[in-house]
Amino acid sequence: MNAANYLYVSALLFTIGAVGVVVRRNAIVVFMCIELMLNAANLSFVTFSRINGDLNGQVMAFFTMVVAACEVVVGLAIIVTIYRSRRSASVDDASLLKR
Amino acid sequence: MQLALQVGQTAQPEAIMFWILAPMAVLAALGMLLVKKAVHSAILMAFVMIVLAIFYIAQDAVFLGIVQVVVYTGAVMMLFLFILMLVGVDSSDSLTETIRGLRPIAITAAIGFGGLLVSLLGRATIGRNAVGLSAANADGNVQALAQLLFSTYVWPFEVVSALLITAALGAMVLAHHHNTQERPTQRQLSINRFRGESLGSAAGLPGPGVYARHNAVDVPALLPDGTPAPTSVNASLDARGDMLDYKKFDLAEINTKVEEEK
Repeated sequence: MNAANYLYVSALLFTIGAVGVVVRRNAIVVFMCIELMLNAANLSFVTFSRINGDLNGQVMAFFTMVVAACEVVVGLAIIVTIYRSRRSASVDDASLLKR
Repeated sequence: MQLALQVGQTAQPEAIMFWILAPMAVLAALGMLLVKKAVHSAILMAFVMIVLAIFYIAQDAVFLGIVQVVVYTGAVMMLFLFILMLVGVDSSDSLTETIRGLRPIAITAAIGFGGLLVSLLGRATIGRNAVGLSAANADGNVQALAQLLFSTYVWPFEVVSALLITAALGAMVLAHHHNTQERPTQRQLSINRFRGESLGSAAGLPGPGVYARHNAVDVPALLPDGTPAPTSVNASLDARGDMLDYKKFDLAEINTKVEEEK
């Protein structure tokens, strides 16, 4: 097996995550799809690190994980705040600027 | 034919692991989009995370694999499930499309984008053979990563720690909420009961079902004159329309004749 196969999986997962962000309405599911995209990028980092024999890629993946954790914490807090004021976790309902 | 990124072949067991787990991961990710309930999405997501952790470990990133399990399937998915329970199920879980034509456009764009990525990967060559991490990991993966993290990357590392603290503070600020009015004390509530408009509720509100034919929570209590007491049923049950009809419990409609037991 070619190690580049991991890159194909990573590309597929990233694409699926992107579709999820566009298609799903539940803000929490949208968030999970963003996490999926970040993880797909991490898989690429790790694979390239292996292909190049260089650990810098793994350090990058580590930093991505930290930033993703921060993003989840703040993002979920925002979702809860929006839910508290609007009683809905749908991304379509937060359309105050449109009207 | 020039194969993608002449990487060199990996060991047979890894290939078997890959060809079993990779389709499952992609299917689980697809399932994430297709299932209706957010909780099911979360479980499929956790599965994808675990598969990725296995991939990391298979690719000599032992530390990252363990961190992936601890951070993602542990902390992040727990947080997601926690918020899901807090927010509950609502209309946004449904899969009906609100913007017309969004779904076909999204799928077309996704096929284009994915095809672009995959074909790009298929055509790329890296110009040299794969190196593998056995040299870099000679002293152990964790030691080698620590060496990098605390020398070359020490400044980004500190910045990221500041980011983590800021995120924690931000979450606390967002989660904090002020009461718009002061909460009445027990003394205040007691005074209100006795100095209010009537003394009818001075001894507390009647419980549901008192003197009625049923004592379920959705049955209003009957007052001494036989009329139902709406205050005896929880207001949110009333708002939801789950309160039983008063009429059935009016004294006039109750058959007062006592049937003799045989």
